Amino acid sequence: MKLTDIQNKVNSTFFKEHQKRLYQSLEDKHTTMEELDDGDPLTTKMVLNMGPQHPATHGVLRLVLQLDGETIEKCKLDIGYLHRGVEKIAENKTYQEFMPYTDRMDYLSPYSNNVALCTAVEKIASVPVPERAHYIRMIGCELARISSHLLWLGTMVMDAGAISFFIWTFKEREKIYDVMDRIAGHRFTVSHARIGGVANDLTDEAMGSIKEFVEAFPKELKDYHKLLDRNRIFFERNEAVGVLKTEDAIASGATGPMLRGSGFGLDIRKVSPYLRYSEVEFDVPTRLEGDNLARYFVRMEEMHESIRIIKQCLNKLPSGPIRTDNAKQAYPSKDEVYYSMEGMIHDFMMTDTGICPPDGAECYHAVESPKGELGYYIQSDGTGHPWRLKINAPSFKNLQVLENLLDGEMVADTVVIIGGIDPVLGEADK
Amino acid sequence: MSLKLTESLQKTVDSLSQTFGEKVIEVYQSSGDTFIWVDTDSIIEISAHLKNELHYIYLSDVFGIDRYTSEERFEVVYNLLSLRDQTRVFIKVRCEEENPEVDSVTSIWPAASWPEREVYDMFGVTFRNHPDLRRIFLPEDFQYYPLRKEFPLLGIPGSIELPSTTPDSE
Repeated sequence: MKLTDIQNKVNSTFFKEHQKRLYQSLEDKHTTMEELDDGDPLTTKMVLNMGPQHPATHGVLRLVLQLDGETIEKCKLDIGYLHRGVEKIAENKTYQEFMPYTDRMDYLSPYSNNVALCTAVEKIASVPVPERAHYIRMIGCELARISSHLLWLGTMVMDAGAISFFIWTFKEREKIYDVMDRIAGHRFTVSHARIGGVANDLTDEAMGSIKEFVEAFPKELKDYHKLLDRNRIFFERNEAVGVLKTEDAIASGATGPMLRGSGFGLDIRKVSPYLRYSEVEFDVPTRLEGDNLARYFVRMEEMHESIRIIKQCLNKLPSGPIRTDNAKQAYPSKDEVYYSMEGMIHDFMMTDTGICPPDGAECYHAVESPKGELGYYIQSDGTGHPWRLKINAPSFKNLQVLENLLDGEMVADTVVIIGGIDPVLGEADK
Repeated sequence: MSLKLTESLQKTVDSLSQTFGEKVIEVYQSSGDTFIWVDTDSIIEISAHLKNELHYIYLSDVFGIDRYTSEERFEVVYNLLSLRDQTRVFIKVRCEEENPEVDSVTSIWPAASWPEREVYDMFGVTFRNHPDLRRIFLPEDFQYYPLRKEFPLLGIPGSIELPSTTPDSE
């Protein structure tokens, strides 16, 4: 369609320049492949704006689709509706102060984000972390992975037409929230990790609830498998939909379950093990098909692996301190703060100045978050605030893949494909 | 500072310095990560060499750094992962404050498209031959580059006024 035609119909009223450039770029996409535009005599072509307020887009994602009948000819994504400038905020906060912001990046798995920031800061400032803290973090990360995958499962199956399934997965997520409540004292945005360890030790009650969950959850998972694994409707909606070939996945930078569903088993937990992932046994589920169904199987198996990891962690959980006992590197324990003058001073210093990595130091540390590789690049100028903090967000990279994945698909499959990619806009928009 | 490189990283560094000589300006390590600062104008050749000869086929990220008061103010960093050797390397280029321009590497790694748009959006570094260089987060009508150090944390010039910070009694 011609740009002028689109603009006459759409008649934008806000951010006019932005809308114009967006439609322009939609028109320019694949221009080399296009034959002569015969003026669309049957008027089957239209431009459809999906989002930013669309229930199936998992947040504020806007898709501009050019349709020919029911087929998507080409598509452009418009993101940034949730842009809060967290990287700018980070440059004006101490490292520990910035952590609550990371909770709100990928708000479906806050624990992974906390750990990603902490491990990066620990790497640049060479802070030792006690053994027990590593294992507690691993338990938290894997619970977060299950929680995130449960939300993906519920919404994706709902996108494919089964509403009640969403309620069932949310019942299980609710249990994880309760476990998180007992671990960290918060249900949703936990902020439990601290630089040099974690905020507080696991209580007996928390241990009990984790064990209870680990025992009960595989049974639920089995029920999900029973319902979906051979479900004809589910297969017809997902099989051979949104196929991403291995070489395309690597070239376009797909990450996490997207890449593993396309046949490349890249997992940061195996490539460069952090925490204590080298000490536990787990497999990296990989599928070759690259369609939505493959992503489904990959994520389902990942939940099994997570349970396996948590069980091993519970067995191996060593006793000992949960935070490094060096007042220059980590917050002192609350007992010290309340009952000794020194502890009070150290606590104040940590809050006011924070930890200061060496001047000019740079580091990048990535963790495998539920969505894929989540990396933090930090450059220090020797003060308590980072000079530059860059977040390498997996949802951002996976959304980039979506832009080309949708071309040639049916418009009815859009929501299922978005569901299969599982983007979180809080993370993609920074 | 002496470098502690693994076998595959050593191979990467050797191959680059042999092929490009002077164009590899500096190789350094910090906190265990390896950074290679290269000549800005030859980024395309170096990228192609990295991808075709050294198997760095996966581009993880591209990001900018504002060095403010320093010479050659902006830095663009490419975060590369070799899937064969599972090593990570960072390639850096620097550009001037006036009209910062770098060649786009989208022809080599298509994954660079969005991250480069992000660098353009946040720092105003333009990428030559980028297929679709628009702002990514902020609207096209926005005039500033927010991650530049001179951009204030509060109060965009010419935007809505900030609430008064003085107490009511005064």
